[in-house]
Amino acid sequence: MQKRIVSVWFMRMASDRVLRAMPAHGPFALSVQDQNTERLYCLNIAAEELGLSRGMGLSDARALCPDLKTIPANIQSDQAFLQVLARWAKRYCPWVGVDGPDGLVLDITGSAHLFGGEAALLDDLRLRVTRARLQVCLGLASTRGAAWALARHGEGIAPAGQLQETIAPLPVAALRIQDQTAQSLQRLGIRTIADLIALPRATVTRRFGRDLLLRLDQALGTQPETVSPLAEPPQYTVRLTLPDPIGLTSDVMAGVERLTGSLCNKLKAQEHGARVVQLTCRRVDQAHQQVDLRLARAMRDPARIVALFEPGVDKIDAGFGIDQMRLEAVQVEPLPVAQITHIAQTNPDAIQDLITRLGNRIGLENITRLLPADSHIPERSFIVAAAAYSDPASSWPVLRDRPLQLFPPEAIAGSGRAPPQQFRWRRMSFVTARATGPERLAPEWWFQDAAWRSGLRDYWKIQTLEGRRLWLFHTPQSPGWFVQGEFA
Amino acid sequence: MLMSSVIKVLPLRSSRAHEACGPAAVSFAAIIAGQMQGSVLWISERWRQEQVHPEGLAIFCDPSKLVFASGTDQTEVLAASEEALRSGAVSAVISTLSKPLDLRQGRRLQLAAETGQSTGLFLIPEGMGSNAAETRWRSNPVYDAQDSTLMRWDLIKNKSGTLKSWLVRWDAEAHRVSVVHEDGK
Repeated sequence: MQKRIVSVWFMRMASDRVLRAMPAHGPFALSVQDQNTERLYCLNIAAEELGLSRGMGLSDARALCPDLKTIPANIQSDQAFLQVLARWAKRYCPWVGVDGPDGLVLDITGSAHLFGGEAALLDDLRLRVTRARLQVCLGLASTRGAAWALARHGEGIAPAGQLQETIAPLPVAALRIQDQTAQSLQRLGIRTIADLIALPRATVTRRFGRDLLLRLDQALGTQPETVSPLAEPPQYTVRLTLPDPIGLTSDVMAGVERLTGSLCNKLKAQEHGARVVQLTCRRVDQAHQQVDLRLARAMRDPARIVALFEPGVDKIDAGFGIDQMRLEAVQVEPLPVAQITHIAQTNPDAIQDLITRLGNRIGLENITRLLPADSHIPERSFIVAAAAYSDPASSWPVLRDRPLQLFPPEAIAGSGRAPPQQFRWRRMSFVTARATGPERLAPEWWFQDAAWRSGLRDYWKIQTLEGRRLWLFHTPQSPGWFVQGEFA
Repeated sequence: MLMSSVIKVLPLRSSRAHEACGPAAVSFAAIIAGQMQGSVLWISERWRQEQVHPEGLAIFCDPSKLVFASGTDQTEVLAASEEALRSGAVSAVISTLSKPLDLRQGRRLQLAAETGQSTGLFLIPEGMGSNAAETRWRSNPVYDAQDSTLMRWDLIKNKSGTLKSWLVRWDAEAHRVSVVHEDGK
């Protein structure tokens, strides 16, 4: 069976995409920064009719057309949009590839009759794309090269037996060759593909290299060329449909166990681990019950995940019974296969599982670890990090004498630079027996910190006769005394 | 362990729930956490503004082996403590409480500690102990003419032994508690 390939070219995909969201009348263009100049990247028809073209400097374009509307291009979004179009195009055939930044290539061999023939298929495609406010050029031929040529240079269908006749009058640029080669051919008077076919092959190769004839052969079908389809993104979802509804916790857990096994196999094949797993149970009355499991570490160990599901499954209201279960890894992370070593670790899994279980009860962000930070400000010399997303610090530098407990500064009565001899704090009175200090800390000017707006701080370690050892500070720039911490 | 040779009751008996009160209860907890082999979970209520400062803690205990958790109220703190004690994944659970425990709660925590074979230490306000606790300690800082961490530890409840008091000081070089004075009852 002869192959039939459709090449789809979205001529003004980038500007069409933007104009779909915010329709504008009059000339419109997208600009892109290229070596310190803004250049036009994609224009609408109105702008092209005024004589503007792609690659033109933005200032030149503004001079030609003062009311040109421009916004910066977003190339990543354009690529994502093309991926969406490629997925949509799978309605015509399963074999869809992306062709350049603004084209698709569809291998419709054997699927055209489903749409009433090739012409009907192209009409349907064009209709739907136009309805989505995109401009499109289509080419259909037996080879990918010829389809590309037809799409870019005057649309059309090359009937199965007449490939060469159809593409012969097209310009040589339609062969997917470099602009430079095309220009050299033009200078030599070789304007159409027919002219190129007529030349002896040996001389063409000697003059232009092998690439030109390869492209020609690919267009004419003497050299094979395949369409590589887009890879399916991995799906981490498994489902279990039951012939009879179930209601017992043990039955549901058995179902979860079976689902988790196959989900973990999928994760293992992709070297991924689940971070958030969602179990949806559909009841016979069409209602849904959902159990979310947020894991402290990416994991794919079925036994551990099943054990963590137990408290959630207990709370499910089975109603008249559950007849469908669906398990989805909502959030996954790369988790490469790890080497097992003989160095005995003190069972890190157990504490991760504990963090997961506590996290599902009190929130994963409320389980924290302290990590060292580079700052001399006492409140900022450590970071409070979520334990699920951090590893314990390997070592703690202890450079200064710091209190065991720190709290927001509490004002006490006191005057002067020397620490007060007697003071009251939290309704208790203290007599200073020994004061060590001062240690002067300056605010970090590169941070806006409301607590440090009072300027410098002179810290004192005060040992009281009553026994408590407090950390006081004095702010000389706006006089006042505060208690901020307590030593052991 | 060095500490046990000096104070017979320490380290705290495993698989049991203990209580500590007094102004230096946090210091007591930090020293206990430092003597534990594995990780330690420290649970408190979210409204508390006191924060353990890791640089101050590092003298007694490696801050990297502590995991902190916070709950909205005491019920959540107790539920989390029970779960952590029962799992046995951490060697000790330290919980800061603000309300007295009733008998049922105290017994549940005691059973959880037994199941998981881990140590529970509850920092309670003065005079709000539960009957189910194995030991109860009162820790007070004491003024010392030298710059030190002199503390008075009173064992005010002990289910399996006598009551005693110690005057102790943290020996940072030896990384242990050194007893200055001991008096029994």
